[in-house]
Amino acid sequence: MSPAVSDALLEVDDLHTHFHLKNKTVRAVNGVSFAIKRGEIVGIAGESGAGKSVACLSILRLVPSPGRIERGRILFAGEDLLTKSDRQMRDLRGQTVSMVFEDPLNSLDPAYTVGSLIGEALTLHKGLSKREARKKAGELLRLVGIPDPERRLDNYAHELSGGMQQRVMIAIALSCDPALLIADNPTTALDVTIQIQILDLVKQLRDRLGMGVLWITHDLGVVAKLCDRVVIMYAGEVMEQGRVYDVLKHPRHPYTRRLIDALPKLGRPDQRLMPIEGRPPDPANLPAGCPFAPRCHKARAECGTTEVPLVESGDGRAVRCLFPED
Amino acid sequence: MSVVNLPLKDEPVDGRVLPLDAAEARMFRRPSEWRIFWEAFSRDHLAVGAAALIGLVCLISALAPALSPYDPTVGDNALRLAPVGTPGHLLGLDGQGRDILSRLIWGGQVSIIIALLPVTVASLISVLLGLVAGFFGGKVDMVIMRTLDVFFAFPAVLLAVAIAGVLGPGMLNVMLSLTIVLIPYISRVAYMATVTVKSELFVDQARVSGARPSQILFHHILPNTLSPVIVYGSTLVGILIVLGAGLSFLGLGITPPRPDWGIMCSDGRNFLSVAPHVSAVPGIMLILVAMSFNIVGDGLRDALDPKLRR
Repeated sequence: MSPAVSDALLEVDDLHTHFHLKNKTVRAVNGVSFAIKRGEIVGIAGESGAGKSVACLSILRLVPSPGRIERGRILFAGEDLLTKSDRQMRDLRGQTVSMVFEDPLNSLDPAYTVGSLIGEALTLHKGLSKREARKKAGELLRLVGIPDPERRLDNYAHELSGGMQQRVMIAIALSCDPALLIADNPTTALDVTIQIQILDLVKQLRDRLGMGVLWITHDLGVVAKLCDRVVIMYAGEVMEQGRVYDVLKHPRHPYTRRLIDALPKLGRPDQRLMPIEGRPPDPANLPAGCPFAPRCHKARAECGTTEVPLVESGDGRAVRCLFPED
Repeated sequence: MSVVNLPLKDEPVDGRVLPLDAAEARMFRRPSEWRIFWEAFSRDHLAVGAAALIGLVCLISALAPALSPYDPTVGDNALRLAPVGTPGHLLGLDGQGRDILSRLIWGGQVSIIIALLPVTVASLISVLLGLVAGFFGGKVDMVIMRTLDVFFAFPAVLLAVAIAGVLGPGMLNVMLSLTIVLIPYISRVAYMATVTVKSELFVDQARVSGARPSQILFHHILPNTLSPVIVYGSTLVGILIVLGAGLSFLGLGITPPRPDWGIMCSDGRNFLSVAPHVSAVPGIMLILVAMSFNIVGDGLRDALDPKLRR
């Protein structure tokens, strides 16, 4: 069930993406629902293997084989992406919905200059000439805050710093004025000062261009700094979602609470970190009931047996727990 | 200056106003790809020297009718096995009294063509095969690569002999058999490179940018698979000169008395103790040319790869 959002840009509804291996089925995404409004930055947070990246690749219909979208709807501006033809999806990718990966250096083809890489999507989707594309590429580099952009156009990716590379990636993603930008952990490879710059840049670009942003991360600090709303994922399911302030300040799901407790806090050197014991469940062999139950302090007998629904409580807030905090 | 607060519009960065057309002129002043390539290549003096040597050998061979001092097929019995430096015969004479310099000049034609053409043609075919097999995988991969694997069951030389034997003697048939022998080997290299490049993140990046498969294949994968093929192909040139000579020696290639460096080497084998120059002179030439091709290959790779350019 997706929270009722009237002016949604993207609405993911009960998405199931499974990987069919020889002798088992890995349920990477297992009934995920969330929505993004125009001009909104939504964070998806969770541990590694929670299904965040697969959920995002599902939106672009680029789940690597043997993965398959089993069930669900992905409504983009009211149209179901799962019913579109391959050709329509290709036109959509990089133009209406674009994506930025975690590792900028390896995402940039070493055989081409930054200028021609940025120009590629422009010639592809907008039919610009090489000269026009190059001019636009220069403007884009300026837009993402790269000094002396005309000179940088002739650089190869390996000649730029990590922060610059990520700015170039963002420039490529923005080249065709997308309505939605999906960013998969784009700041993990960067040090924190550059990270803050990139976050500020994305916020600034959102304000200027009005695109929706889906930001995947496992850093709640990034979520707090950047996002308007947050979706907490665990074992392929949404555990909790809502406005960032509400969720981080008053978490209702024990998992969210434990994630926040596991963060180091400034000025409290005496306080020990609280790790979450145990490991996430094997996505090929998910437990019955709540997937977090085996690691949850508050779990009771029924947590391990009953299917737990995602319960909405107004204002886009929803929590999947039988015994939520208030 | 905080990067975040950088001007987003065309505002002066350092206080000076930059006229727009000047900025644009600066933008399009970029040298062409050929120029960049040539500048990188010319900085590698060894490679330039090697390329010059190959060029010189090719030129001299091409002008053989004009430059050759004697007929390479007619011998002077009185001067049989005369050493290097004999008056009138700079590099001496061979066992049948033929001028070695003349034979070297004429033989270069055959040796270089017999090596270069099969490597080039085989590389083109192999890159296509390896690229298609590696990129599409599955059944296509299976059919192409398993078919090529059959060729690995036979030693390369034996295979060349067999094919040349079936086709009959002659320069064209030798080149054809050498091409067929090379394809499985170069295809493997191209295939491995393709499989590696295919899993690179920038291929996924092209996919999320909405690129068509053909565009991904030829625009992003192909350029990144070329350098191993170029390097491998250039090492094969030397081997092929020798292999081609071997076929000629067996009577499957060039028919005597037409000279070829490999045949010249083998002709001298009976006189190694008394007149080593008969084999040594063409041998040294062979080594020089083969090495030059290797060096040029390395230089090409370095100049074509933006990461290795200095």
